[in-house]
Amino acid sequence: MSETPTRRRTAAATAVLCAGLLLGTAACGGGSGGSGHDEAGGGGSGGSGGKKVTLTFWDWDPNMGKVVATWNAAHPDIQVKLSNPAGGDQLVAKMITAHAAGNGPDIAKVEYQSLPALVAKGVVRDITDYTGNTVKDYDRTTLSSAEFQGKVYGVPQDFAPLMLFYRADLFKKYGLAVPRTWDQYAAEARALRGKDPAAHLTNFDAADPGWFTGLAQQAGADWWAADGNSWKVDIDGAATRKVAGFWQQMVKDGSVAKNPSFSPEWNKQMNDGSLLTWISGAWAPAQLGGIAPATKGKWAVAPLPAWTAGDPATGIWGGSATTVTTDSAHPRQAAQFASWLNTDATALTEQVKQINIYPAATSGRSLPVLKAAPAFFPNQPDFYDRVAQVASGARSFPMWGPNVTVTFTGYTDAFSKALQSGGSFSGALTTIQRASVADMKKQGFTVG
Amino acid sequence: MAPTTARPRRTSRFPYLLVLPAVLLLAAFVVAPGCYALVLSLQRSKVNGGLLGGGTHTVFAGLANYRDVLGDTQLRSGVVRMLALGAVTVPGTVLLALLFAVLLDLEHTRLRRVTRLAIFLPYAVPGVIASLMWGFLYLPATSPIGGDRVDFFGQVAVYFSVSNVVVWGAVGFNMIVIYTALRALPPELTESARLDGATERQIVLRIKVPLVMPAVVMCTLFSVLAALQVFNEPNTLKPLSNAVSSTWVPLMQIYDQAFGNSDIHSAAATSVVLAAAALVLSFLTARIIQSRVQREAE
Repeated sequence: MSETPTRRRTAAATAVLCAGLLLGTAACGGGSGGSGHDEAGGGGSGGSGGKKVTLTFWDWDPNMGKVVATWNAAHPDIQVKLSNPAGGDQLVAKMITAHAAGNGPDIAKVEYQSLPALVAKGVVRDITDYTGNTVKDYDRTTLSSAEFQGKVYGVPQDFAPLMLFYRADLFKKYGLAVPRTWDQYAAEARALRGKDPAAHLTNFDAADPGWFTGLAQQAGADWWAADGNSWKVDIDGAATRKVAGFWQQMVKDGSVAKNPSFSPEWNKQMNDGSLLTWISGAWAPAQLGGIAPATKGKWAVAPLPAWTAGDPATGIWGGSATTVTTDSAHPRQAAQFASWLNTDATALTEQVKQINIYPAATSGRSLPVLKAAPAFFPNQPDFYDRVAQVASGARSFPMWGPNVTVTFTGYTDAFSKALQSGGSFSGALTTIQRASVADMKKQGFTVG
Repeated sequence: MAPTTARPRRTSRFPYLLVLPAVLLLAAFVVAPGCYALVLSLQRSKVNGGLLGGGTHTVFAGLANYRDVLGDTQLRSGVVRMLALGAVTVPGTVLLALLFAVLLDLEHTRLRRVTRLAIFLPYAVPGVIASLMWGFLYLPATSPIGGDRVDFFGQVAVYFSVSNVVVWGAVGFNMIVIYTALRALPPELTESARLDGATERQIVLRIKVPLVMPAVVMCTLFSVLAALQVFNEPNTLKPLSNAVSSTWVPLMQIYDQAFGNSDIHSAAATSVVLAAAALVLSFLTARIIQSRVQREAE
């Protein structure tokens, strides 16, 4: 399942032998989250008027506890209890199950691509009435990830344009230039193979669809779009085929490695310099410390190579919104917390420091804390300036589909199979398109 | 017949009382969830309408989910893969366990205690941890056993790589079962055989192995059941390579349906089909082996 609890999975990958233990802990967390909600229900049964309410908040960000503590200190009447039952897609599955049992949390972190599915299943609440002022702090592109058909279903937390992270030291050593176009990228991938047979410019990751989805967005693909009340699904369209064809050729040439990312093997390759670039979201600095601890200060960031030189378009990978569930008895207070978390200067500064997010809120993007380099990139004090430059050219799909997990699992299975048995990438796209449409129809959506 | 105290009428109810806890537990944790799964498997979840669905409702779907399950080519390939794995793991586990048990039982075997513990120890390692550990051993970049020269995740090799983890973890337990049966054999049997001039090999093949057949049968049955439930090993190895898909074996497909796609109805239908098949298969295995053992005994 794809499982792109990207960050969560990376953490697991770094300490893979402990993963069993992590799972155990996560299960325990789920249990305590449930009981926490019961307390909240009991304590706040008298409604909202001035009484003390306790809200449960499901989130998997490391160090989020410190941010929540700041809120709790300033709001004695609205206490937030943080719990971390799971990350990414696993949390989505937990939210759906908890909703069926009627004991979901009040507030939950949801990745943008999972939000329409949770709205469709009635798990996430329309909070338009409580966020009238909050949404003014967002630009159209960012807000469209959480606002569908004029209704707001979450407050965006971070924004992660796709960028090119490269090993500045090794680029110098092998005499490579930072590629501006994909053609240059391919040429350098080939050239590098000649210079050092043990090194690859990157790996084609069939496990995590996040980066490929971002590349499709850059190329102009609209995997999903709304047409009135029916959906248009176009996963195997011309734009995505162009991206797939490009990478198929790279794999065929042997220019890129074929092993999945976020595995112990990949960590080692990233750490020992066998891989020179990483096409990743703006959150990469927070992850690289765990993936490749020996490479601190050796990475640099550049805009993603373009299809035609000078085109500033890029895609996104990841990013989340803070949502309020339909199970919450205190939606107003929950929405108030979600707004504070994602637009308040103190809350955002703390999150940039602790979690390395690039804020989604417009005001958050000019915070003084963004003048400093991320801890893992001491060589690049203008890191966030570069992110800001790229952010304006970032595009997502007009909307994420209501069953992205099916599409993402389809990506993992179909592309893994193509790599394993030498099948065609465009055939993989057709498989994904069919599976996605079939599942949407089965659920009762109208597909045009 | 020795005189016993007169049986009070109460005793006729006593046996029922004794099995009551077992029946209650079975009802609460097997029958009830089973029935619930049956109900779920006959339903489907549909969105209410509009672009975003606006919530879901449950509809009666009849046998539609079952039709999907039986026509699912992915599930069919999953079953074939499961059988292929079983064809390696079941004989592999049972034969290795028998071999180790017999070797440990030989008179001249030294370091018996340490060896027994060493073979048993992998059973104490949780399947997930074992799979991760073997994953490290298989991956080219981290492999100390030649993963850079041999592709342990190749199209055919992956079946043996996964089977290896399963067998590694299961042999110890089965060996103890067979070994205990061997130790329970009266020593006079081997002594008299030896006096009659039987070689060690003959004693093992003609006397010991036939006598511990019931234990071997039980181990085979356990291994077949484990083979039908294979999940931990492939699911843990999945993110390490391109070789294992999300529907690689039937249980992974059920897991993916339930927790990846949040489609509990399809998951329930697949589970019911798989459980029925497993029941038939294990029943047949038990019958075949039993009749063979009986025939040999006669």
